[in-house]
Amino acid sequence: MTLTAADKAHVKAIWSKAGGKAEEIGAEALGRMLEVFPQTKTYFSHYADLSVKSSQVRTHGKKIIDAITSAVNHIDDITGTLSSLSTLHANTLRVDPANFKLLSHTILVVLALYFPAEFTPEVHLACDKFLARVSHVLADKYR
Amino acid sequence: MVHWTDEERDIIKTFWGKIDAEEAGHQALTRVLVVYPWTQRYFSTFGNLSKPSAIAGNPKVRAHGKRVVVALGDAIKNLDNVKATYAKLSELHSEKLHVDPENFRLLGEALIIVLAGQFGAAFTPAVQATWQKLLAVVTAALSSKYH
Repeated sequence: MTLTAADKAHVKAIWSKAGGKAEEIGAEALGRMLEVFPQTKTYFSHYADLSVKSSQVRTHGKKIIDAITSAVNHIDDITGTLSSLSTLHANTLRVDPANFKLLSHTILVVLALYFPAEFTPEVHLACDKFLARVSHVLADKYR
Repeated sequence: MVHWTDEERDIIKTFWGKIDAEEAGHQALTRVLVVYPWTQRYFSTFGNLSKPSAIAGNPKVRAHGKRVVVALGDAIKNLDNVKATYAKLSELHSEKLHVDPENFRLLGEALIIVLAGQFGAAFTPAVQATWQKLLAVVTAALSSKYH
C-alpha cells in the first residue's frame, strides 16, 4: 500500500509536532503497549519498571520515536534509512513482527490523544500506512 | 465467563456515562471507512463514500455508527454475559450480513482512537487497557456464532 504525496505530507506535518516530544510520546506508546498487550512484556523481562513513568521505558520510547523521526525525514527511502535497525531486529532482537502492529496501534492512540485536532481521519490513514511501511521494513530481513 | 475487576467495571461505567453514542459511533465508523477503505464493500447502499469529507458528512454513516455504539451499551449492561447477549447479533453478522470478523477488530481500534482524542490525558493506560479488553470481549462474542 504505497504512500501517496498527500500521505507523506500528512505524516510530516503531524510528526513535526510529535518529534519534539519524543520521550513523552515514546514512553506513552511503549508503556501503553506493555499494559494493554501484556504478552509484549516478554521482551522486557530485564526492565525493573514497565510503567509509562519508568526511566527505562522513557529512554527506550524516545529511541523508538527518534528512529521513526529519521524515517519521516527520509520518507522516500525508509528501507535505506532503517537498514541497520532492520538487521538488528532480524538477527539480534528477533521481536515477532506481530508486535509491530501492536506498537503501531498505541502510537496512533497517543497521537490522537496529544493532537486531537490534527489527527483527522486522513492523517490517521496516512500514519497507519506509514507505520505499516516502517514495520514491513523492520521485518524485511527476518527470513 | 470473563472476569472483570471492580476497577474495570467502574472505569467502563464512568466512561460510558460520558460517551455520546451517536458522535463516537459516527467518528469511529468514519475512520474505519477512511483508513480501511475496503470496508466500504459492506456499505454499497450508503450513497456517497467517495472521499473522507463525503464519508464524514454521510447521514447513513452517522446513523449506522450510532446504532453500533448504542448496541455496545447492551454488552456494558451485561458484562457477565456478553456472549449470550450477542448470540443473535453474531448469527446475523455471519449468516445474513456476511461480515468478516476482522472488521469488528478494526472498528474496536478506531473507537479506542476516538476515545483517546475525546478524553485526552483522562484516557490513561489503565482506562485504555480496560476498554480494549471490553472491545476484545465484544469482538469475540460477535465472532462466536460464525461457522
